[in-house]
Amino acid sequence: MSRSDDGRRDQDFGQDENEAKAGMGTAGGREPLPAVPADAQSGEVEPPENRGRSVLKEIFHGGSLVSILAIVLSLFLGGILIAVTNERVVEAATYFFARPTDTLVAAWEAASSAYVALFQGAIFNPRASDLQGMIFPFTETLAVSTPLILAGLGVALAFRAGLFNIGAQGQIIIGATMAAWVGFTLDLPWGIHLLLVILAGIIGGGIWGGIAGLLKARTGAHEVILTIMLNYIAVYLLAYLLTTESFQRPDSSQPISPRLDATAMYPRLFGDGFRLHWGFVVAIGATLLVWWLLHRSTIGFEFRAVGANPHASKTAGISVAKGYTLVMIIAGALSGLAGVAQVSGTEGVLTDGVAASFGFDAITVALLGRSTPWGTFFAGLLFGAFRAGGVTMQTLTGTPIDIVLVVQSLIVLFIAAPPLVRAIFRIHEDGKGGKGKPRRKSSRETVKAGGAA
Amino acid sequence: MSAPVLSPQGQAPQLDTVRSWKTPIIYAIFAVVALAGFAFNAPGGTATFGISAGRDVIQLAPVVVPTVPVGWASALIVTAIAVFSFLQIKGGRKDPRWLPIIYAVVFVIGFLVWVVGSAERTDVSLVGLLAGSVTLAVPLIFGSLSGVLSERVGVINIAIEGQLLAGAFAAAVAASISGNVYAGMLAATVAGVLVSVVLAVFSIKYLVNQIIVGVVLNVLVSGLTGFLFSTVLSRDSQTWNSPPSLPVIQIPVLEHIPILGGILFRQTIVGYLMYAAVIIVYIGLFHTKWGLRVRSVGEHPKAADTLGIKVNFTRARNVMLGGAVAGLGGSFYTLVSVSQFTTDMTAGQGYIALAAMIFGRWNPVWAFFAALLFGFATNLRFVLSILGTPVPGEFLAMLPYVVTIVAVAGLVGRSRPPAANGTPYIKG
Repeated sequence: MSRSDDGRRDQDFGQDENEAKAGMGTAGGREPLPAVPADAQSGEVEPPENRGRSVLKEIFHGGSLVSILAIVLSLFLGGILIAVTNERVVEAATYFFARPTDTLVAAWEAASSAYVALFQGAIFNPRASDLQGMIFPFTETLAVSTPLILAGLGVALAFRAGLFNIGAQGQIIIGATMAAWVGFTLDLPWGIHLLLVILAGIIGGGIWGGIAGLLKARTGAHEVILTIMLNYIAVYLLAYLLTTESFQRPDSSQPISPRLDATAMYPRLFGDGFRLHWGFVVAIGATLLVWWLLHRSTIGFEFRAVGANPHASKTAGISVAKGYTLVMIIAGALSGLAGVAQVSGTEGVLTDGVAASFGFDAITVALLGRSTPWGTFFAGLLFGAFRAGGVTMQTLTGTPIDIVLVVQSLIVLFIAAPPLVRAIFRIHEDGKGGKGKPRRKSSRETVKAGGAA
Repeated sequence: MSAPVLSPQGQAPQLDTVRSWKTPIIYAIFAVVALAGFAFNAPGGTATFGISAGRDVIQLAPVVVPTVPVGWASALIVTAIAVFSFLQIKGGRKDPRWLPIIYAVVFVIGFLVWVVGSAERTDVSLVGLLAGSVTLAVPLIFGSLSGVLSERVGVINIAIEGQLLAGAFAAAVAASISGNVYAGMLAATVAGVLVSVVLAVFSIKYLVNQIIVGVVLNVLVSGLTGFLFSTVLSRDSQTWNSPPSLPVIQIPVLEHIPILGGILFRQTIVGYLMYAAVIIVYIGLFHTKWGLRVRSVGEHPKAADTLGIKVNFTRARNVMLGGAVAGLGGSFYTLVSVSQFTTDMTAGQGYIALAAMIFGRWNPVWAFFAALLFGFATNLRFVLSILGTPVPGEFLAMLPYVVTIVAVAGLVGRSRPPAANGTPYIKG
C-alpha cells in the first residue's frame, strides 16, 4: 500500500508528517504520507500519484506491458527448463555440432507440447468431441481458482494493514473443518444448511486469523511467527480430529470424514457436467466486498492507515490494536471461505489434505495482485489456470507439475522488478531513455507491490 | 486482562507504573495444568531416565524417578513461581529475568516425568533424547544463523527455506556425481549463496519488497528442485541421487563425557561446523569492528553511510554469507540425515528457523537455544510415540508450536528487529 518508499518515510518522518498535514486531501505535497491518502472521498480505486502518474496511466502505459512481458519471459525460461531436462533433447544434444537442428527441434517440441497441454487443460480443449468437453478446462480453471482468490484476498487484506499473513493455510484448514462438520453432522433443509456451512467456515477461519491478530495487537508478538505456528497447530488439530468418532468416516480407517450432505454443497453453476460451483460467485462477491471495505469504508481506511504508518495512525486516534485484530479476523474469514469452497465445492469430504497448498499459493497470488482486490482476483484466475492446466500437462506430456511453481514464482519476481524486465527487453521508460532512472523509479513501484514491510 | 494497550511497533514503554499481568496469568494457567496433570493425575510408579549411552566408557546408573513426589514438587514450584510473579507485579516490581527459565525447566521436568511415567514403557534414554534433539536442530540452527546474518544488516530473510532446500539438493547431486561428500558440502554452500544472490539483487538493487522476494524464492527453489527431481534425478537416481554419507568424527576422550560427550563430540563435520558457526557469528557480531558495522547498517543505514560504510555492499555481502551458512546447513539433510534428496524435504523447517531467529531476538546464541527447543520438542514426539503414551501423537506434535506462541506472546515479549529491517537504502 505504501506509496512512498519506506526507507525515506522513516528517515524523513517528521518532515513528512508536517507535509502530509498540509497536503492532506489536496494531494499536493511533495512526498505524501501514505497514511493519509484521502481517496476514501476522492472516488478513485487508488489514491492519485503525486509525481504525475495515475494508476490508470501506469496500467495502460508501463504496468500492463511489463506484466505481460514478465509472463512471457517466465514462460520462456520455464520452456528452456522443460527443454533441457527432456530426454530426447539431451540425446540430440550429444551430436549437437553434427546436426544442431535436431536439438533445437526436440527442444521446441518438448517445450511447446508441454505448454499446449497446459493451455488445453486450463482454457480450451479443441480436441474434445463436444462443446462441453471444449470449455470444460476453463470451468475447471475457475473452480480451482476459487479458493486461491478467496485466500489470496485474505492475505492481501492483511498486507494492506501491514501484516504478513502466512497463516492462510491454517485458516483454510480450520474453516474447512468447521464447515465440513456442520455439513455432515447437521440435518437441515436446502439453503439453510449451506448458509450455516458457509457461516461455520467464516467463523472457523475468523477465529484462527483472529487469534493471530489479537496476540499481535495485545502482546506485540510477531505475526509471522504466530501465523506459521498456527498453521502447524491447525494441521495437527485436523489430523487428530480425523481420528475421532465425530469426524472420521465410520466404515473407514483412513483419515477421511463422511461425505457432506447434498444440502450442504454449493450447487453447480452449469449442471453436473462441470465442477464449477457457486463458490466462484461467492469469490466474486468477496472481491467486491474487500474492494468496498478497503476503499469505501471507515474500517478499511483505518486498515490502510495502520498499514502505511502505525505511529501516525495512533497519533491520529486510530486504534492500531483494533485494526490488527479486526483485519486478521476478516482475513481469516476470507480464508475460511476458501476452505468452504474446498469442502462444499469441489471435494465434498474433509481430509487432511483439504487445504492442499492453497494457503501458500495464496501468498504469491496476493503478491502478484499487488494486494489490490481485483489484482488478487485476476492473479488467482491466472494461477488457477496454471494449476488446472498443470495437471493435464503432467498427464499428457509427463512434464512434472512443479514447472508451474517455477513459472509462477518467476512471474511474481519479474513483475516486482519492472526495471529488470525493461532492461531485458530494452524498453525505455516514458520515452526518456532507460539509463540512470531505474533506481528511483523502482523504489516506488516495488514497495507498492507488497505493502507489508 | 488489563494488559495495557501498547503500541504494536515494539517500543514497550518500560515505565514502572505500567503493570502487565500477562506473564503471571500465563504462569498461572500452566501451573493449573501442572497441578491437574502432573500432581493430581500422576501415574504412580516410576519413570526411568537413562543417562549413559551403550558405548560410553563411564557408565552411570539410570536415574529412577518416583512420579508422584516429583509431579507434586514440580507442580508446587511452578504454582509458587506464579504466585511470586503476581506479588511482584502487584508491588510494582519486575520479575527477575531468570524466572521464566526456572519456570520452564521445572515445568519440562514435571512434564517429562509425568509423560514417561504414564507411558507403556516407563524408561527413556535421556542421552538419546538430547542427542536426537541436537541432530534435528542442526539445519534449524544453520537456518536461523542465516537469518541473523542478513536481518542484522536490514534485509529480511524469508528465503531460509529456499536456501536450505537448495543446499540439500546441490549437496545430493554434487556428492552423488563426484562421490565425494566434501564436494557436496561445497556445492551446498554455493547453492545457498546463489539463492542469496537473487535475494540480494532483487531486494538491494531493484528494491523489491524483501518479504516478497523471500517468499517467491522459496516457491522458486521448491519448484525448481521438485522439477529436476522428477525429471533428471528420478530417471537415474544411481548417478544423480545417491550421495555418500558424512562420517561421524569422534573426538577421543572427550566423547566419553557423560551426557554431553555424545552431543558435543560425536558429530559429523557439519555438526562441528554448526557449533563453530554459532560462536563465530556471535563473537563476530558483538565483539568485532565488522559486527559493529554490520549492526549499524541494520539499525541506521544513513548514519553508517555518513561514516563511510558502504551500506548496500555490506548488505549484499552479509546476505550472501547468510546464504552460504544456510546452504551448508541444507547439506545436513542429504549428507547426514537421509542419503537422498526428495521433493520438499525441508518441509517448512526454514520457516521454523525463521521463528527460532525471531524467538531468539536476532541473537545467534539465543537463536541456537530456540532452535534446540524445536529440535527437542520434535524429538520428544518421536521418542514418546515409541514408548506409547496416552497423549495423542498429534498433540505432542503441536507442542513445540504452542510453546512458541506462548513464549513469543507471553514470556519473551516484544522482540525488536533491527530498526532498518526490511527497508531498502537509497543513498541521498
